[in-house]
Amino acid sequence: MAMDVLFLSRLQFGLTIGFHYIYPPLSIGLGLMLVLMEGAWLKTKNPVYHQMARFWTKVFALTFALGVATGIVMEFEFGTNWATYSRFVGDVFGSALAAEGIFAFFLESGFLAVLLFGWDKVGRKTHFFATCMVCLGAHFSAVWIVVANSWMQTPAGYHIVGEGLHARAEVTDFWAMVFNPSFTERLFHTICGAWSAGAFLVVSVSAWYLLKKKHVDFARLSLKISLVVALIASLLQGLSGHISAQGVAKNQPVKLAAFEGLYETTSNAPLMVIGWVDEKNSKTHGIEIPYLLSFLADNNFHSTVAGLNQFPPQDRPPVASSFFFFHGMVGIGCALIGVSLLGCFYAWKKKLVEKRWLLWLLVFSVLGPELANQLGWFAAEVGRQPWIVWHELRTPQGLSAVVKANAVLASLILFTFIYFLLFAVFIYLLNDKIQHGPHEDDLIPSGKLALPDELTEHKNHDL
Amino acid sequence: MTFDLNTIWFILVGVLFTGYAMLDGFDLGIGALHLFTKKDEERRVLLNSIGPVWDGNEVWLVTAGGALFAAFPNVYATVFSGFYLAFYLLLASLIFRAVAIEFRSKQPMFWWRQMWDIGFAGGSILSSLLLGVALGNIAQGVPVDERGEFAGTFLGLLQPYPLLVGITTVALFMMHGAIYGVMKTEGELHDKIRRWAMNAIIFFVICAATTTMATLLYIPHIAARVRDNPWLFSIVLANMLAIANIPREFHRGKDWLAFLSSCATIITLMLLFGLNQYPYMVYSLPNPENSLTIHNAASSSRTLETMLIIAGIGVPIVIAYTVCIYWIFRGKVKIDRMSY
Ligand code: HDD
Ligand code: HEM
Ligand code: HEM
Repeated sequence: MAMDVLFLSRLQFGLTIGFHYIYPPLSIGLGLMLVLMEGAWLKTKNPVYHQMARFWTKVFALTFALGVATGIVMEFEFGTNWATYSRFVGDVFGSALAAEGIFAFFLESGFLAVLLFGWDKVGRKTHFFATCMVCLGAHFSAVWIVVANSWMQTPAGYHIVGEGLHARAEVTDFWAMVFNPSFTERLFHTICGAWSAGAFLVVSVSAWYLLKKKHVDFARLSLKISLVVALIASLLQGLSGHISAQGVAKNQPVKLAAFEGLYETTSNAPLMVIGWVDEKNSKTHGIEIPYLLSFLADNNFHSTVAGLNQFPPQDRPPVASSFFFFHGMVGIGCALIGVSLLGCFYAWKKKLVEKRWLLWLLVFSVLGPELANQLGWFAAEVGRQPWIVWHELRTPQGLSAVVKANAVLASLILFTFIYFLLFAVFIYLLNDKIQHGPHEDDLIPSGKLALPDELTEHKNHDL
Repeated sequence: MTFDLNTIWFILVGVLFTGYAMLDGFDLGIGALHLFTKKDEERRVLLNSIGPVWDGNEVWLVTAGGALFAAFPNVYATVFSGFYLAFYLLLASLIFRAVAIEFRSKQPMFWWRQMWDIGFAGGSILSSLLLGVALGNIAQGVPVDERGEFAGTFLGLLQPYPLLVGITTVALFMMHGAIYGVMKTEGELHDKIRRWAMNAIIFFVICAATTTMATLLYIPHIAARVRDNPWLFSIVLANMLAIANIPREFHRGKDWLAFLSSCATIITLMLLFGLNQYPYMVYSLPNPENSLTIHNAASSSRTLETMLIIAGIGVPIVIAYTVCIYWIFRGKVKIDRMSY
């Protein structure tokens, strides 16, 4: 029975957080894009930028609404399904969650009102300020939630009081808790992932318009900005991922071994490019690049990397799935760097519009960051198993003592149903917005935003 | 009552929940009234009256939840795992309500709008009801075992007294929402909502009187508390004055003062609840010795201190820009291109 509750609660947590995490990266990434677009409009006074900001604001509103609706579930799910865990970490985790509410969510939701409904009610500087605050708020929420999650991966700044069922972690040093060993690199990596999601969404829609020869001026200019952001984000993604991997090698070596399917401790360890794990026979097959894992883990081609054999079986995470998630993410990461490089290159050569195959590739590129973001979290979380708090609390111990399997099953079925419905409606409305495209009226700012000085004629920007 | 850290946090968590009831209360109430008008135009006005602010209002609930988790993790864990199914129903109704607001205006089809209208109204009513039922259970006391875990059942949560509190909450929010609506609308709709508001006030007063009687008759530990502290009646009095003031302000044409009165009604109600509850967070029935109090359920005092600093920095900033935003969107609703 206990096993069932465990399985169902994990399934439900995975489903709800995975579904939630479709939207935050888009909100964070689009938030940044909106700041860039509106900033460019204020600077250049080119009305196409204004039209762009307005169009993407509408898409932003949609992703934001779903992010909020699904986020509320996350906030309470710790209490409902992981009550023992909540008692154990309340001191630490609760503070981070509360800080997120106070510093991030209020900021986001408050200024969102001005961003969405304030176009004609406030001046441009105020509106731009609101856009910046929404973007900042979204980033702050990533900060606090990653504090909380990183603490579960690499706990610091606490001590354990009480014993057995009443044991709990108490903060001894707040800043050590916040800046726990994996926090900075994981935040950096998570935020890059979000930028990438936002930028590639803009890339994809703009490429689609170019292919369909619709809204061409709008699309060209959008593509130009978003490709640059996409390239920067993809490159930083690789860099931050490398730093993260080194952190994992240092703080959670068994996780790295699982990521790479490395069963034996090896020096001059090779990196698997693609392959699969045979868990039964403790073997990993695939194409390897010699020495690269040693380098990735330690900046040294020859150093020794710990294998799974160094750890007792009850302390190892599931290897095959960790391997798969991790390699899926890294593979997509490399592909995104390639795609954005190609895109920028041809845009710079002003040949992008002719390369229809590349435009098609760009249209589908938006799936890359979305998938990689999911895979990345799954790798990080499954690789943390069997611990819910690293080396302090095992996942089965974190469950709610009083919740029965049939209750979890009921909520799981209810929410699977709701989430599929929401997702279908989201895709339908997103598609509808994209088909409608930017509004011609939006070329002329209205209300208090209307230009005080004369509209300056501007040249069309060629790609 | 000594003002130690635990008491301060008891008050702060109370303030957050009161803020939630006061702010999200009116947009839940607008939701509950939504189906009373059949005209698409009027429904749009109602939606847009809360359009810019409902999301920020809901953050009060999120933050209250976070603060409860941080300051009183045992309460958070016991109540949320104990009221498991009830909370998932609450979450489902909050979700439907949130997306309905966003989705409704995106398509013109009649069935589409009708579907989300029902989602919006149903979600609003059900979430108010469930919040009230939860509050009612906490006031009445719930079974807690010696480990501090909830020892009841889902159906056990649906007893008459909590249900009564639930209905009273729906009535309260309907009244609050209608008064907000009066403030934000004009013309024909304005007059219509004013009539609703008067009916909602009557509905609420009946519910509130019944609840008060029921509390004094059937909830012995609260009745005893009131008997020992007769000054608590002054708060009841203030509450009644606040309600009575609403029609008076309407009559004088000062709609926003009526709204403030309605806020005062909510504040006094929450104050009464808090004073009757203190120092218990979850009163255990039938074994009061298992109750969760502000002491045995709290985080370490270091964390309470840190959190106090965080709240001290954050909350004034939040209040400052919340006021600015309400100011920007003051006045009657006008439907324009950006509207829902
Ligand atoms: C890296 C970013 C990130 C991650 C890992 C998470 N979230 Fe999230 N969350 C956001 C980034 C975000 C956001 C960008 O701030 C959202 C999404 C879209 C939005 O509107 O705000 C948001 C919304 C959001 C809301 C609604 C806020 C509101 O009403 O405005 C809540 C309560 C949570 N989240 C809670 C959580 C919890 C408890 C998580 C962990 C289990 C979690 N989020 C993971
Ligand atoms: C947003 C992206 C995230 C994703 C995609 C994700 C994914 C997952 C998955 C798949 C599981 C189940 C693992 C398993 O059963 O093997 C899980 C568990 C869990 N995660 Fe995450 N997670 C994310 C973020 C977070 C954050 C931000 C936190 C906390 C701050 C968190 C805390 C937990 C907890 C408490 C569990 C339950 C225990 C467990 O099964 O390990 N997760 N997560
Ligand atoms: C380019 C090569 C990449 C490398 C080397 C890399 C490396 C890593 C590593 C080592 C982790 C685990 C960190 C931990 O468990 O603590 C991780 C997690 C993660 N990755 Fe990647 N990654 C890459 C690409 C990407 C891409 C393209 C995305 C999404 C656009 C992405 C999104 C994530 C996310 C959301 C997490 C979970 C949060 C975290 O633990 O930081 N990664 N990545």
